[in-house]
Formats: sequence, C-alpha cells, structure tokens
Amino acid sequence: MILQSIKMAWSSIVSSKMRSFLTMLGIIIGVIALVVLVSIVNGATSSVTDSISSMGTNLFTVTINDNKENPLKIDDLSQFTDDGNLSAVAPVTQSNVTAASSYTSESTTIYGTTAAYAEIQGLELAYGRFLRTTDVDNNSRVAVISSDIATEIIGRPNVVGEYIKFDGVEYMIIGVLESDNTDSSSSSVYEAYIPFTALIRLSSNVSSEVTTFYVSAADEDHMDEAEASLTTLLMGRYSQDEDAFTVRNQSTILETMQSVTNTMALLLGGIAAISLLVGGIGIMNIMLVSVTERTKEIGIRKAVGAGRLSIMQQFLIEALMLSLMGCLIGVLGSWGIIEIINIVGDTSYNLSGGVVIIASCFSMAIGIIFGIYPANKAAKKNPIEALRYAS
Amino acid sequence: MIIFDDVSKIYQIGDEEVRALNHASMQIDNGEFVSIIGPSGSGKSTLMNIIGCLDTADEGTYSLDGQPISNYSETELTKIRNKKIGFIFQDFNLIGKMTAYENVELPLIYQRIPKNKRRDRVTEALERVDLLYRKDHKPTELSGGQQQRVAIARAIASKPSLFLADEPTGNLDSKTGREIINLFHELHAQGNTIVLITHDNAIAAQAARSIRILDGEVKEVTA
Repeated sequence: MILQSIKMAWSSIVSSKMRSFLTMLGIIIGVIALVVLVSIVNGATSSVTDSISSMGTNLFTVTINDNKENPLKIDDLSQFTDDGNLSAVAPVTQSNVTAASSYTSESTTIYGTTAAYAEIQGLELAYGRFLRTTDVDNNSRVAVISSDIATEIIGRPNVVGEYIKFDGVEYMIIGVLESDNTDSSSSSVYEAYIPFTALIRLSSNVSSEVTTFYVSAADEDHMDEAEASLTTLLMGRYSQDEDAFTVRNQSTILETMQSVTNTMALLLGGIAAISLLVGGIGIMNIMLVSVTERTKEIGIRKAVGAGRLSIMQQFLIEALMLSLMGCLIGVLGSWGIIEIINIVGDTSYNLSGGVVIIASCFSMAIGIIFGIYPANKAAKKNPIEALRYAS
Repeated sequence: MIIFDDVSKIYQIGDEEVRALNHASMQIDNGEFVSIIGPSGSGKSTLMNIIGCLDTADEGTYSLDGQPISNYSETELTKIRNKKIGFIFQDFNLIGKMTAYENVELPLIYQRIPKNKRRDRVTEALERVDLLYRKDHKPTELSGGQQQRVAIARAIASKPSLFLADEPTGNLDSKTGREIINLFHELHAQGNTIVLITHDNAIAAQAARSIRILDGEVKEVTA
C-alpha cells in the first residue's frame, strides 16, 4: 500500500513537472541557504580557531597599561618564572623596518624578544638556531628570519651565516623559520626576530621598557591556577591596581571567537530556516490547489473503495516527496555552490554533514506538517459531492 | 440480495423538509437484472447512493446480503463499497492520468490484493470487455464506448456482489449504448446481480424487471 502511494505520488509529481519544480523551489532555496551559509561559517571558524590554537593554548599575553613610575625591565621578568605555575616568559616589542639584501629590499616586521619566545610560541626552525640568552645579554646583531625573507629577499632557503640589513644595520642570520604552509593566505610573510636589546638600539621609537610579554603556564590543564599566580604577581608590582595591566589567554580568545561564530551560525541558520518554512507554506498552498483540482479523482477513489487513510496517505506522501526532493536538489546545489566558491575564492570549505542532516530532518518535518492539512482535507471529502464535482 | 424496508432520506432545505426517499420498500434478489426508472428529481440518485453505500438511510433499514447498512461508519461503508459494489457511472469516472490497466487495477489495490494476482484479474477483466489491446491507453485516447467498457472492467475486476450502473449509456450514441447493454446481459447471464438506473424507458425495458420511482416513492413495474 505504501509502495502504491509512493508510485501514485511520483506519477502525480512528474505529470506536472513545472509546477512540482516551482513548489520545490522554496525548499531548494531554503536548503541551499542553510547548508551553504552554515558550512561557510563552520569552515571560517575552524580555520580561525586552528590558527589561534596553533599559537599555544597555555599562553598568557600580558600588556602593561600603566607603569606606575616603575617601568618593567627585561631583567625583572625572571620573577615570573620563579612561580611554579608559570614556566617561561618572553618580552616582545615590534617595529617596522626595511630588510635589505645586496640586491632587493622589503618592508619587514621585526620583533625584539628573548630566547624563551621560540618555546612559548612553538616556533619551528628550518635551519640554524633561535636566539640565545647570550645574544640578548650581549646585544648581538643576530637575526632569525622567516622563510619568505630567505627565499625572496636573499634568494635561497638556507642562508644561515649570511648577513641581512635592517634599516641599514647589518645582522648575521642565525636561523630560518619553517615556512607556514597551513596558512591559507598566499601572501608572503616578512618577519624577523632579533634580541630584545638589539631592537632597542636599532629603533629610536622602541623604549627599553617592557610593555608586552608572553608567559606560558607550566601545565595546560591548570590554566586557572597559572592565571591566578600571574595576576597576584602583577597586582603586587602595580600597587593592587588591576587596571594597570591586562592578562589575556589564548583559550579565552578562542572561546570568545567560538561563541561569536556560533551566534553567527545560529543567526544565519535561523534566517535560512525561515526561508525553508516559507517553502513549506508553498508546498501547502500547491497541495491545497491539487486537492481541489483532484476532487473528482478523490471521489472516484473513494467510490471504488479507498478509505480515508489511503487518501490521506497518498497526499501526505506526495507532500513529503516534494519536500524531500527539494531537499535533495538543495543539498546537491549547495555542494555545487561550495565547490564553485572554493574554486573562485581559492578556499577549502566542506559541506557540513551535520547541517545536511538538520536540513533533511527539517524538510521532512515541513513536508509532514504542511502536508497534513491538505491531506486531511482530501480524506474528509464526501464521495457523493466529490463525484459530482465538475473538473 | 438488496432489501429496502421503509427507507426514507430526508434533506433539510431551509425550513422545509424534503423527503428524497419516502418510505421506500423493495427487494432485489441475487442474480436479478433490475432497472430503476424515474425522471430527474424523482429520488433515483438518492436511491442509488444508498444502494451503493455512498450514503445511509435516515429512516428504515437497508440490508445488503443480509448485512444491515445503517449507522455504519464511513470506514465500514468504504469497505463494503470496495468488496461488494461495482459502480458504473454515466460519465465513466476513470482517472484521467492513469492508463486503462491502472484504472481497472485501482479497486484491487484498495482491496490489498497482491501484485501478481492483481495482474491476472485485471487482464481477465479487460479481456472480458475486449479491451486488453488498449490496456496502456489513457481514457482520453479511448472512445466513449471504450471508456465505459474500461469502467465495466473495473467493476468486474473487483468481483462485486452487485453491479450498480447509473445511466451507463447516457453519454453514448445508441449503437454503442446497445453494446454496453449487451455486455450487461452477458454479465447477467453469468449470474451477476445488476441494477441499472435510468430515465430512459427503452433502456429500462432491457432489464427483466423494472422498479419505478417517482417523488421519492417506489412502485413495482412488471416487465
């Protein structure tokens, strides 16, 4: 019986293809909106969260807002690592300089820091070594450069032992960083690390005061204790004024980021769901027209012995098939659109499986909810009046 | 066997009570070929609807094959229609988008007969009306007479205890009409019960017995 109803529904759908397609269009557009938008938001979120978590989730960033006439010096930082909950600390300051080789030059971001930075930030070296404490103590003119500087400014990947000029001052290259292939942006990264003390000398607008530094927690699972220790130390130094400094944690940034994107996904999903709902009303509308048009047919079916349930089932299955076919076409369309976006925008979004399931369930629910009323209307028709209906 | 015992059907039109059937009593035995004749407005449609279990009586009792059909629910009426009544209508009432075969198959689907058995019975019924060669044609591709024969095949296939024909020749030319009546004679000869409703005396005279209905009242007319 169900099989027969499916057959009948199918023949009714194909007997008026244009109308069926237009009916499905609402669902198709709704499903495409839902699937494409949510897939893109998910893709964007995961690429952002990946890059945040690659920076290390055991990391605190401390910014000093008010030095209370007591500027923090590089030698003062060691007090933070005395605490058992904190493992490493590295100041960071930055400046923009021109990096020049013998034949070309590019604007470069240059960071002044200490040896611990590589460990805290998880930097990987392709060649050579990172800065050492002695380099910092001696204000050595040594530099660790990004792979793009090595290949594009100097011309070869391994340039350890060679020299590069930052704003005309010559630095010996002691290390080249691993190139960051996971970054989807294809633009070149021009970054170099030199000793904190060397940057103070190089750039007139960098003071010897430490205003930003990174602290890593000893144990990633005890971030709260580490943050408490850090805050206590800073409160002690800055006369219990909590506005004098800011402590940020990568995982809090990550959480904030995720809650923002979740809200966005919900918002976009909600808009798409409304368009699906409108599509469902379209189905109900057409089913009602169809029931009226087929009054005579319903009368004939009832006369030859179709019960209420059979008639109801037939129209309900027809509504369900319309919505599910719309959903299927919508999912295929979404896949196509995402592929096109990937080709055009050079991105790598994936069809989100979860949202496809949600869209399918939602379409099915819409087919049933908006099919019941017309189906019931058909089933309740009086056979005598239905047979008399002039089609 | 059809027994009408003092059956009335009352319609309320405004304040006025209209008795479409007024204390009608009659009996039709199994294997009879009976015509019910009356002008339009005489109550023959009401009579047919009650015989065909499309409607129920307001007063009195109607029993079909010993089953009293009153106060039956719609679901029960549907079952009786499906099993016992083979309708043949004036305007054929075939479903336009289905082929002759599918139209004949329809009551069998609702009887939940398995597919291979359905095929045998549909083929047999279409053969019986000489239309097997047109089985894949839709009603619009068939002549009026052929459409009516498909409708008769649909009734035959469901193996009803009663063939109920409402003006079956009304939309056909007289030659085709005669062919249809002949088909009824053949069905009757095979032992089927046939009730033919018409306003045409010449058609009614084809039946072995005629029942006349006028203003809701039933009178026996001997053939």
